[in-house]
Amino acid sequence: MISRFAFLAGSLAAGAMQLALAQGGNMVLPKTVEAGVAFSISSIGNGKATLYIVGPGQVLKRDVQLGETIFFPQGSLYNAGHYLAALAGQTSTENGSFDVLPANTPVNLSFTARPSRLEVSQHDGITGAVYVFDAYRNLIATPFPVSFELSTPSGTVQKHIVITRRGAAWTAMDSTSQQGVDRFVARAAGVSSTRVVGQVPGDPCGLKMSARQLGQKIQLATEPLRDCNGNAVQDGTIVTFTEVYNGAQSMVDVPLKHGIAEAQMPAHAGAVISVASGVVLGNQIRWER
Amino acid sequence: MSKGRLLAVFLMAVTVAVLVIGTVWPIPSAVGYSSGKNILRSSSTPEAAIQSLGDQIRAQEWHKAYSGLANKAQFTEADFVHNLTGYYPSLLTYATLDKFEVLPLHASATEADIRLKLYWATVVGTSVTTHDLHVVRNGDRWEAEWPIVKETIVPPQVIPVNYLRWDVIYRGTGDDWGAQDVEAPHVRIVDMHPVDRAEGLVIVGELLNEDVVPAYVSVSATLLAKNQSTIATEGSFDKISHLLLPKQVTPFLINFPNVALSDVGSVRMTPLSSLVSASADPVIEIDNEQLNPAPGASLTGQLTNQSGQVVNVAHVLGTFYDKSGQVLWVADQYIDSALLPQTPTPFEIHIPEDLARKVGSQRAVIATFSSGGSQ
Repeated sequence: MISRFAFLAGSLAAGAMQLALAQGGNMVLPKTVEAGVAFSISSIGNGKATLYIVGPGQVLKRDVQLGETIFFPQGSLYNAGHYLAALAGQTSTENGSFDVLPANTPVNLSFTARPSRLEVSQHDGITGAVYVFDAYRNLIATPFPVSFELSTPSGTVQKHIVITRRGAAWTAMDSTSQQGVDRFVARAAGVSSTRVVGQVPGDPCGLKMSARQLGQKIQLATEPLRDCNGNAVQDGTIVTFTEVYNGAQSMVDVPLKHGIAEAQMPAHAGAVISVASGVVLGNQIRWER
Repeated sequence: MSKGRLLAVFLMAVTVAVLVIGTVWPIPSAVGYSSGKNILRSSSTPEAAIQSLGDQIRAQEWHKAYSGLANKAQFTEADFVHNLTGYYPSLLTYATLDKFEVLPLHASATEADIRLKLYWATVVGTSVTTHDLHVVRNGDRWEAEWPIVKETIVPPQVIPVNYLRWDVIYRGTGDDWGAQDVEAPHVRIVDMHPVDRAEGLVIVGELLNEDVVPAYVSVSATLLAKNQSTIATEGSFDKISHLLLPKQVTPFLINFPNVALSDVGSVRMTPLSSLVSASADPVIEIDNEQLNPAPGASLTGQLTNQSGQVVNVAHVLGTFYDKSGQVLWVADQYIDSALLPQTPTPFEIHIPEDLARKVGSQRAVIATFSSGGSQ
């Protein structure tokens, strides 16, 4: 009994919020309905009829008694868009239309952050785009302020507030000079979504190796590799040692381990040994022993 | 009706005739695949003995081939088979002998030297192995002495390896539309050069993985005519090292048969990359890499597997630069034996002689495959 009363009160309140009614001859339609909210359609006349409501992804059918008001509970129509209503009586059919609009309360944010990984110190290198949706995944086209916040492990925070346009807001931010995992948070009306962005070191800077005799071989080792911002280059990065001697050449691609690349190569007097990583060249050593 | 009967009788007669011809005078390759049982080659001459041996190898009649050898007391039948197909799984393990050549080198009344070239059909194309055989007369028969090369067997041991390994977790199929996914690796073409050859246009170049994660890479090129219409699109296929670790560089070569450089207005290059699980192991050292001038220009050297893992198939890609450091040519060779830990294995990459004269420097990279997964 109480629930029936609540339903009736809700329907009447929703009906009262409608500013204008679309006239459809024997039926009175609301001009707009908020997605998911209860609403009603009035009919005029006598006899039985069938009411059809057809919209994006939804079709409703009701057997009605003309002259009565037809109530639709909460959640009946939830896809935003343009709906057609047809009242098919025994002798005639009346047509009309109305719009279902997205709710004004954001419930879901679709947050697209790109890239998931980038080098340090890139101006406008990180982009974020937010699409604001209501509880029924309708894009909310009315303007909303969205806050974008990028925080680094060192505590640096970049914050931009952008007003949505046609349901979307976007921004671009700089990657900092320190490697690590950043938290990229988008907020709108108390709803938030978080992404992570990895800031990775750049190319090695000042690649330098040393050599020493180890039995019949030369032991080569780089100094700990760092990029130009002082970040340690990631383990697994390939370092190439090349030794040229008497018209022949020896070469090995070695992955960094604990920040250092090490290799053993044949010891040839007069050999010239060089080191490189990607397109970055390091120092050369002439082996005279 | 009578015409139909006549045709049926005619077709039957032709079928019977073809069957008889094929049985009595089979083609040599058919003999090989049918075990050579129908027509036995005589071993009355050195060449015939080696022909017979070649037929038996092609038919994989190992016991028969081994039994006919003059020096079989020096090794077992298993050693002989491993010498041909590898002790560890390798390119030749799953290959079949397509054809062979018998080349007499020297002969006397009691002995002869004959070169046997075996053309193996492997999954990556033809692989040629050459064996110089000494053939001796034994009564009225000639028998080959097989130059056995016993493969090194790695003694049982534990080799600790602690190289990095990367694994990838992608977004799930049920994730939200806006959910974040892992970024594809950033790769860049650092050099590209068209080479006009008699057989067509060749695009050579180098690709760098400038990211901090491993990348599975390939390159495709589209040739555009001067009016911007598309002439052809081709990919690098296997003329590239598909797995690139961070900051690693691979050469690539793309063939456009029957296209002349003069017909091309521009080239559109498309590097492709995707994240892939990978290991930094194994590390392969290239030793004693030497450029041998024409005639028979080649790049030779030795590969040494510095890791503890057996590499079943190794692919050597050589990049050749001109005097100004621009990529001139890319050539490759698949190693037909497994790379055992700490065991040097030779390689030889052939270079076109006209280009070999222009080579100023070279570089080699190794792509490896170990059973159990791509490395």
